[in-house]
Amino acid sequence: MILKYLFAKNKDIPVGSSAIYFGFSSILWFVIGTGLGSFNAAKLAFPDFVTGTEMFAFGHMRQVHVLAVIFGWISMAFAMAMMYITPILGNTRLWSEKLGMWNCFMWNIALSLGLTLMWMGVTSGREYSDFPWPIDLAVAAFVSIPLAVNVWMTILTRRTQGIYTTNWFFAAATFMLIIVFLVGNLPEYFHLTGLTEAYMTWWFAHNVLGLWITPVAAAIAYYVIPKVTGNPLYSHRIGHLHFWSIVVFYSTPAAHHLMSAPLPEWLKSFASVEGVLILVPAIAFVSNILLTMQGKWNMFVENLEIRFTVVGVLLAIPLNMQGGFQQTRSINWYIHGTGWMVAHAHLALLGFSTFLEAAAVYLGLQTLMKRKLYSLTLGNLHFWLLLIGFSTYWISMTIAGLIQGAGKIYEVPYIDVVIAEHPYMIARWLGGSMVFSSTLIWLYNMWMTAREGTIIPSGRMPHELAYER
Amino acid sequence: MKFREYKIGSRMFGLAFGLSMTITLLFPSFDLAASVSSEVGLDKQLAIGWDSGWQLSDPTLLGLNKPLKILVKKDPKSGKPIEPAIYAYVYPAGTSLPNGVIHTANLGHGVEELSIKDGRITEAQKKDGAVFIIKHSDHLETFEGKGHPLAYVENATATMGWTPDDVIKAAADTDILHAGSGKTMFVREGCWWCHTLLPEQTQDWQVFGAPPMLGDFNGMSPTSFGSDRKGPDLLHVGSRNASREWMMLHFFNPRLVQPHSIMPRFDYLWGKVDAKGDKIDFAKWRKEYDEYREGQRTTPPDVPMYAKDSEIRNLIDFVVNLK
Repeated sequence: MILKYLFAKNKDIPVGSSAIYFGFSSILWFVIGTGLGSFNAAKLAFPDFVTGTEMFAFGHMRQVHVLAVIFGWISMAFAMAMMYITPILGNTRLWSEKLGMWNCFMWNIALSLGLTLMWMGVTSGREYSDFPWPIDLAVAAFVSIPLAVNVWMTILTRRTQGIYTTNWFFAAATFMLIIVFLVGNLPEYFHLTGLTEAYMTWWFAHNVLGLWITPVAAAIAYYVIPKVTGNPLYSHRIGHLHFWSIVVFYSTPAAHHLMSAPLPEWLKSFASVEGVLILVPAIAFVSNILLTMQGKWNMFVENLEIRFTVVGVLLAIPLNMQGGFQQTRSINWYIHGTGWMVAHAHLALLGFSTFLEAAAVYLGLQTLMKRKLYSLTLGNLHFWLLLIGFSTYWISMTIAGLIQGAGKIYEVPYIDVVIAEHPYMIARWLGGSMVFSSTLIWLYNMWMTAREGTIIPSGRMPHELAYER
Repeated sequence: MKFREYKIGSRMFGLAFGLSMTITLLFPSFDLAASVSSEVGLDKQLAIGWDSGWQLSDPTLLGLNKPLKILVKKDPKSGKPIEPAIYAYVYPAGTSLPNGVIHTANLGHGVEELSIKDGRITEAQKKDGAVFIIKHSDHLETFEGKGHPLAYVENATATMGWTPDDVIKAAADTDILHAGSGKTMFVREGCWWCHTLLPEQTQDWQVFGAPPMLGDFNGMSPTSFGSDRKGPDLLHVGSRNASREWMMLHFFNPRLVQPHSIMPRFDYLWGKVDAKGDKIDFAKWRKEYDEYREGQRTTPPDVPMYAKDSEIRNLIDFVVNLK
């Protein structure tokens, strides 16, 4: 199917094809990524579970899980949202469906190749930028640059006068991703070493989250909530505040990941203060979206996309309260390097952003395929398994992290910390497995939507039709 | 695009983003580039070599293109005993030279000049290989009003005529540390996903030893500090426990020495054969170990002694060298 469109003329490719391919790819990567996550969690709870093989060693699989969810699930869901939402907001077609199809195809190839090699141990040894530099360049050339070109050209060829908030974020975030990817991997191209390498590693890791995942996830909420509820965005001016404070404040605190490394003290202090300022975009975003919901809170219960979006936005509150303060020196010394951070990272990626992306993929696939969701029951099951699984994970890892932090400052022998954490490792595995099962249900539900969902009449939105199952 | 606002907006965006890049990339680069390599930093960079992650000369991370750290007890040229014994960092012909030798500015002000003038490091050639040692300058360098001897790198091939072959031939196998290849194993096997190499600047260091100093990382790539601790910090593990026997048991199956450990077994790093060249029967070992765990045996099966050229030897050498 995809091959047919790769070599078709641009005008012969049906509108929305690339978004649909990106949407299903992202769900598949979500299944793979969470499956690996659940497997890894089982190994931390039961160390002799599948043992003695290099390919199934924890140290070979942990980073595959992380990059599969970031660059497979999250980023492909973003690409899906961009291919779908950017043209709609510009009252136009996607600039090039063909480029979108190639983008999707090459993205899957580059990511599969990179992750297979990494699984075998071929790594640069740098967290989050683990790919060796030839793969990094392939990712830039085949993944982030074509995506950005398609988004920018669609915005430039729009048929509306203004540019809506969501599209500011899409245009800026795709640009910043390219910069972050190329600059963040400089240590590999030019063999920069020592503290420079360590700092650049975390500069990349911080900015890929702060300038790519956070703003694009937020941009999805700016589209879904007004579109589905029919309410106009509460305030474009608060949207401005959100956008500009992301660019100014979120791009600066990279050093707060290395508060205990011998980096310049001024840099650490600066990063710490800038880190607290992350609360500015966070509060602007959350208040703007929740106020847009005024008068339509019934949809939080009745409509699946709204429920996913609002839960994602609500999870941004604890996320940013943690994120704003956990890098201050007084809190960082207690929780740095503990399970607390693992919980926080999952709150950001599996809580806040996954719920928003799921909303975009639900809404986008139904709209583009012109098919109503196959089953609300399965959708609800997906939602609750995801939410309960995530909460179990987050709460258990937060508790484990606090135990670890206490062990650290009270000089408890490390093995006693491991023993104390054991029950929470089992809880984490159960939570992770629930998330994994929810993704399987979702994949089935979307597949059945494509095949058997009720056809949506033209000119109608999916939420205007009643759920049938 | 006729809208004036977008022109202003784009310029504002460039200004804001450019400013944040200036503060977070340009300004720190001056401070980081000014760091002077400490003796710890020289030892690490010479022992570990050019790179430990993916590199063209070692695309599948087998530990290739790496130096050896060798304890030299007698002069390999004259045969005269050296008291006390010193460490030499041996780069066999064709091995990439360390970063500080290729880019001498990496060593930092003072160390760079000494290493070039007295240490003659710029004469080292990759194709011929080289032997380096760490020396201390006679005259004191002043820093913030205090004088202290600077450590610098000497190219022993140029100054004393020690060739890599001479040094390797004169050394017993027990005096050779494959710490460089071991770092590759450390990176490839993902040890750093659970063990940090960064004791923190708090009570943490009373258990795990002193936090690293500014010049301790010059030339190191990747630094692999780790961020997510699920086991103890390892920066000074060799000072706490340098027993190779313990390491061997612990790597083969951590539950042999620490019943509550959640560390994976690294028995596959033994390879196919043991030290005597006999094939290792992993299935039999695991079966006997399970019997021991179920109480059917009183002792666990013996852990096979690893071969001299096995990957586990590299990793153990790296770990016990973390002083």
